[in-house]
Amino acid sequence: EEANKQKTEAEAQESMLELLQQEKGGGFGFDLCARNAFLEQRLGMRFPNVRKTGTTIVGLTTKDCVVLAADTRATEGPLVADKNCEKIHYIAPNIHCCGAGTSADTENTTGLISSKLALHRLSTGRQSRIATALRMTRQHLFHYQGYVSAALILGGVDLHGPQLHMIYPHGSASQLPFATMGSGSLAATGVLETYWKEGLELEDGVRIAHDAVCAGILNDMGSGGFVDVTIIHKDGTTERRRNMDHPTQRTFKNPAGYTFPAGTTPVLLKEVFPAKKDATVEAAAPAAKEGEAEDMQQ
Amino acid sequence: MAEEHGREGEHMTGTSIIAVAFDGGVVLGADSRTTTGSLIANRVTNKIQPVADNIFCCRSGSSADTETIADYVTYILKIHCSETGDAPTVHTASTLFRQLCYQNKQLLANIICAGWDEIDGGSVYTVPLGGTLVKAPYAIGGSGSTYIFGYCDAHYKPGMTREETLDFVTKALTFMMARDGSSGGLIRTVVVDKDGVHRSMIPGDKLFRVWVG
Repeated sequence: EEANKQKTEAEAQESMLELLQQEKGGGFGFDLCARNAFLEQRLGMRFPNVRKTGTTIVGLTTKDCVVLAADTRATEGPLVADKNCEKIHYIAPNIHCCGAGTSADTENTTGLISSKLALHRLSTGRQSRIATALRMTRQHLFHYQGYVSAALILGGVDLHGPQLHMIYPHGSASQLPFATMGSGSLAATGVLETYWKEGLELEDGVRIAHDAVCAGILNDMGSGGFVDVTIIHKDGTTERRRNMDHPTQRTFKNPAGYTFPAGTTPVLLKEVFPAKKDATVEAAAPAAKEGEAEDMQQ
Repeated sequence: MAEEHGREGEHMTGTSIIAVAFDGGVVLGADSRTTTGSLIANRVTNKIQPVADNIFCCRSGSSADTETIADYVTYILKIHCSETGDAPTVHTASTLFRQLCYQNKQLLANIICAGWDEIDGGSVYTVPLGGTLVKAPYAIGGSGSTYIFGYCDAHYKPGMTREETLDFVTKALTFMMARDGSSGGLIRTVVVDKDGVHRSMIPGDKLFRVWVG
């Protein structure tokens, strides 16, 4: 039995060595998946859920601007990981992008496109175009065949006017006058289909986008928190209204805070341990002067 | 089709697409519904995409795959034409579609390529799954096409005029959209002839009424 145990230990070690020595080809490397499965099986470790943005994201075009709106809840399975995350990402001074799906994927994809566009702007010397951002994002997502789980609403204003695009994780895109994605999109679609019309004024557009996100926050469990709105004006400048509204505030909250009188929680047992007598506190050695090396003392 | 492993929840053009050649040009038509599972992701999609000034393609299958293929064909065709110095031909464009679809069998794409050029006039080519290339006087594709093979066999006749062809395309699409759940919205048509391109749209509620019992 001892020999068997040693043998399985040796086998386990060998398989770990094999995993470490596997050659890395191009593309995704799945060696860590094998290591995770090994740890889960042998040591019973449970891994945390991927953090997703449950999400309601909304975009709409007004007469000459683009309004993007989103909720701010990020979930890890049934748990709210972040009550106030930012889902409207910067792409260029005149282009922003709402992201739904896996947080890491949306943040890293938008970050990558944003830095590629910044270099592109230095090279061309011109304002970035939404078509450029769209093409780069679509090609990136198609390359990963849908495994980069990022559903994006890209909006901005360039020389061709205001534009709004929905980009799906597999790399397809649609240009639309109003759009919504995420788990709360079904609720938000109702609001948009009812109230959106062509040639809206800016504040009407902001109100409709806000109402659509509120519909998602109130009716979808994956969406919650605040309503964020970003407006890209016709001159290409951006106005961010972060935390514009909070539709689900805690109603019963004591404005004076919570104070509990001594004795509210009964004390059952009290033990006091003095700190060890042989621990002494010394003053720190003076800092070495510039140019003098500290002597190493063995 | 979207339920295949790895393609759950993928954006699909459920679709009804059709292209018919007439003497002097072609008429392309498509519905406007794109689905993700059972949700309609876009109810006003444009599935007829230009790959050159005089050549269009109707896309059906996976949105991502067909959009990427059409972008590649547009790009390759442009370079090819600037190298040869000639205007693009429908045959060349269709061959490029076929090469991409045949060499990459994992792509879910059913594409109809049609247009007008000086050499062949109006021509229609279809590139179904697998990547074969078939030249035909007319072609239908997408999930809605299965419902109208009989209708097309009965009502298509060669030598139709432009108006008759447009009428045939509109009726065929109406029947496809009436029976297929993955097709709907509005009808988009594109007429390509030697004088150029004429795009048109018929909203869903303005289609002629099909018998519904």
